[in-house]
Parts: sequence; C-alpha cells; structure tokens
Amino acid sequence: MTRVLVVGAGPAGIRAAERLVRAGLRPVVVDEAARAGGQIYRRPPEGFTRPPEKLYGSEAGKARALHALFDGMVAAGQVDYRPHSAVHAIRDGVAHVGAARIPHDRLILATGATDRLVPVDGWQRAGVYSLGAAQIALKAQGVAIGRQIVLAGSGPLLTLVAAQLLAAGAGVAAVLDTSSLATQMRGGIGMALTRPAVTARGLAMRARLGRLYHAGVRLERIAADAVHWCDGWGRAQVTECDAVALGWHLRAETQLADLAGARFAWSDTWAQWLPVADEMGRAGPGLYLAGDGLRILGADGAEVAGALAANACLTDLGIATPGTRALLRRARRLHCFAAAMAHAFPWPSGQLDALPDAAVLCRCEGITLGQMRDAAGLGGAEANRVKSLGRIGMGRCQGRYCQLAAAALIARHAGLAPQEAGRLRGQPPVRPVPVGALLED
Amino acid sequence: MTGQLVRLAETGRAPVAFRFDGRDMTGLMGDTVLTAILTGAGSLRPAEFGPERRAGFCLMGACQDCWIWAEDGSRLRACSTPLAAGMRLLSEAPQGWPA
Repeated sequence: MTRVLVVGAGPAGIRAAERLVRAGLRPVVVDEAARAGGQIYRRPPEGFTRPPEKLYGSEAGKARALHALFDGMVAAGQVDYRPHSAVHAIRDGVAHVGAARIPHDRLILATGATDRLVPVDGWQRAGVYSLGAAQIALKAQGVAIGRQIVLAGSGPLLTLVAAQLLAAGAGVAAVLDTSSLATQMRGGIGMALTRPAVTARGLAMRARLGRLYHAGVRLERIAADAVHWCDGWGRAQVTECDAVALGWHLRAETQLADLAGARFAWSDTWAQWLPVADEMGRAGPGLYLAGDGLRILGADGAEVAGALAANACLTDLGIATPGTRALLRRARRLHCFAAAMAHAFPWPSGQLDALPDAAVLCRCEGITLGQMRDAAGLGGAEANRVKSLGRIGMGRCQGRYCQLAAAALIARHAGLAPQEAGRLRGQPPVRPVPVGALLED
Repeated sequence: MTGQLVRLAETGRAPVAFRFDGRDMTGLMGDTVLTAILTGAGSLRPAEFGPERRAGFCLMGACQDCWIWAEDGSRLRACSTPLAAGMRLLSEAPQGWPA
C-alpha cells in the first residue's frame, strides 16, 4: 500500500486523513499535541468540563465534528496516529521524529501557523505573550495571562481573544489595534461581500469591547507595569497592566515544507514568504501542502485545503476522487475573504520603523536592533548573511518570531523592498531535539 | 507570592503537589507544568541573554521560551508537559551549563 504521511492533526490534517481513509489508504498522522484538533480547535486535557460551546463559541459544531471524525478514525484503526510527536527533519523521503524514522511515498504537510509578531520595545519581559498564547491559556487551561491584560496588534484574533477573555471574566485593560478604522473599512468591504455572516459576527464582537478598543494606535514600549502607546491622534497614552498579548495576524509555519523541497515566493498580501503550490496544494513531487502553512485562510479554509491536498495526492496515485470542483470554488471564495482581511489588518510598518536601536529584536538571545544593524553593515542586506554574522534567527525559536521583522528592517535600512532581503532558509532540526535522537545506529 | 496567571475556570480538579526551586507548590490535575508554576509564581526562569525573567511566550511549543529543568538534570518544555505528582522542578540547570 502507498505510504502517505500527514503532518499535523488540525482542521487541514484531519480532513486530508479523512479523504485518504475513504479511498482505502491508512495514512500515518504525526501531531505534536496530546490530542488532535490543532490550535484553533485545541482540546483541553481529559477531565476538563467546559463544553465546546463555551470553548469555541459559534464554531463549536465544527470543532465537535472534527474531533469526532478523527477520534472515530483512530478507534477504527484507519489511521496510524502518532500524537506527542514532532517531525524535526525530512530528508530523502524519510521524516525524522525524535529517534524514530517514518519513510513515506507521499507527504501532506498541514503544519498550521503561529502568531505573526512584530517586536515592541520591552517585549522580552515575563508576562508578555502572543495573542494565540492568551487564547490557548484560556481554552486549554482555564487561566488568564494576567489580572489586567493589554491586548495589542491587529487581525481577527485581537478582537476574538479580547471578547473571549471578557466573557470568561478576565480583566482587560485595553485592546490596541495598529490598523486605523479607515484601513479596516477599506478591507472590510471585501470581507462583507465574500462572507457577510462572519463579518457581522466579528463586528458584533468588536462592539462588545466598547471603549476598551482603540484603532490606529502605535505601540511605543512595554514597561514593567504598563504599556506606552500613541492613540490615533498621536497623543501619548499609558495603560497600566500586568500582562500583554501581542499578535498581528498569522505567520505560516513553513520550515518542514522548506526541508521537503518546496519553493517560496514573497506575498505582498500576507507580508511574508509562502510556499508555491498549485490550487490543490501540489508543491513538488509527492509533496502536498494544506492549511495555514500554505495560505492563511483560517480554520474553514484549512478544512477545504486539507480535502483538496488529499484529492491531489489520490489523483496522482490514479485513484478517482469526488468533489474537487466544489472544493475549489469554496477555496477561491475563502481566499478572497482572507485577502480582504489581510488588507484590513496590515503589517504595521510605521511602528516597526520607529523601533529604537536598544530594542530587543530576537527574544531568544536578546539581540537588539542596533546589533542587527551592525551585522547587516558587515555582511550586506541579505537575511541569511545577517543571520550568520549576528545570530538573528539562530535562537531557540529558529527565527519564528523575529525573522519577518528582521528582514523588513534589513531591507528598509538598505533601501530595498522586503523580498529583496531574502528569506531565512529552514535548517534541521526545526525543533530542539536531544542529541541522542540525532545519532545514527 | 501572586502568580502571573489567574485561574478563571475548571477549578474543581484534584490538587497535585510538586516542588519548584525547593518550594512546595500545588497545581491541579490536567495543568501543564507552566500553568502549575505560573499560577503561584511570577516567572519560570531567568533569561540567558538579558537581565529580565521569562514566563513563556507562545504556549504552543513553537518559541521554546519555557524550557526549565528537573532536579535529575533533564530539561522539559513547561507549556506542553503535563504536571505529575511529586515533580521536582528547577528554574535553572542543576549543575549549570556544561563547560
């Protein structure tokens, strides 16, 4: 039987596995988490009692369906499920998972996304988290990240997490959006045209934030007990807090796609490098990509992309697959919506350009903007050279949280477009692993 | 000492005793190590490359900010390690980093 490996058990990975199983295959599904669902439909540990309606709100039905589908396939032995397992390298058709090796004929990567971060002076402090982290803490552990929380950044998660925290009884001090209302209106028209119900739900949620919400802000710095920011009229503001959550939309998790041989292209819409694939997710011989790791379409888009990637894989194996045309239509509509959303909540160039030299750019190793600029001065405006000389992107997160900002800053100082500063190449291991796991027998 | 994290829900779970930097602490069944420590302490560890302390960042296993240590010298990622009764945890490597 053809050996198909699916990496990731979020909405994309689960829908991909479903199609493969229906076609009579038994895929291996590797997932880092203890329980399948991915990040947005992440499940709390066994023994927690809040129902899906409480955890996922309007999306509870979708979460429930995906969890039941995957649990059913595992119980029936239809998938070879490896939870708690991270692929740290892919080479010559073999995935390396700790000391284990998983050879495969076809590979479907559904690796999802992380928050897209922009450094703010002081963001290395304890008590500063990503927006996704604030949501995970609440959903999977029932905790708030602090007593008085400032949520800052831009994108759908900002409003969603703020509303979820308020509903759970958390103390929210302010919700600071770097996108102006005018920018949001321009993108919002496209959002409302393609998915009116989802857009209306977002606006209703925003309305619940009331006077906590501020648009068009610039974050100045995060101090020990407060966030300093400028409002939309340029007035200096200080909000006291003991926790901060930051995030600007999402960043595709692409390191495994890189190791598996995918090509990349700069996307102006999402202000990041994304893998190149056809509409079905084909990214190379035997390589298929799906979900936010390919294009940031969110959970609904990930379900569609997972099904499409599996259909592509099955078609290439000569197995007839139903439903591709309808899936493609839906994918195109979701793509229009997501692109409009990306324009409504853009990358905050102005704020990044105002970052002082002493600000920490790399949280892992405390490398400042000034140090990075010195490294760029020695080696030229190319991301991989700056990495070699200045260690930006070499820390324990492997550049996940600093590389987009670093590349943008390198480019700006050299007077180049961001894509001209190049893209940090992924290197195995993409996660820290014990040295023993890397030793060959 | 007040913790960085505040419990809002799921507080009826069974208590689980553990030790962090020599201090007896109590978490709840189903807590991650990070949740258990930070509901009773302000941070997880000192930063290696700066004066500040660290308390995790992404909580999804991507940033590796929350690595701490067990007294036996093994290292664990606090955000994705379930709390177990009797764990003896440290904010810094027991023997320091190998020279």
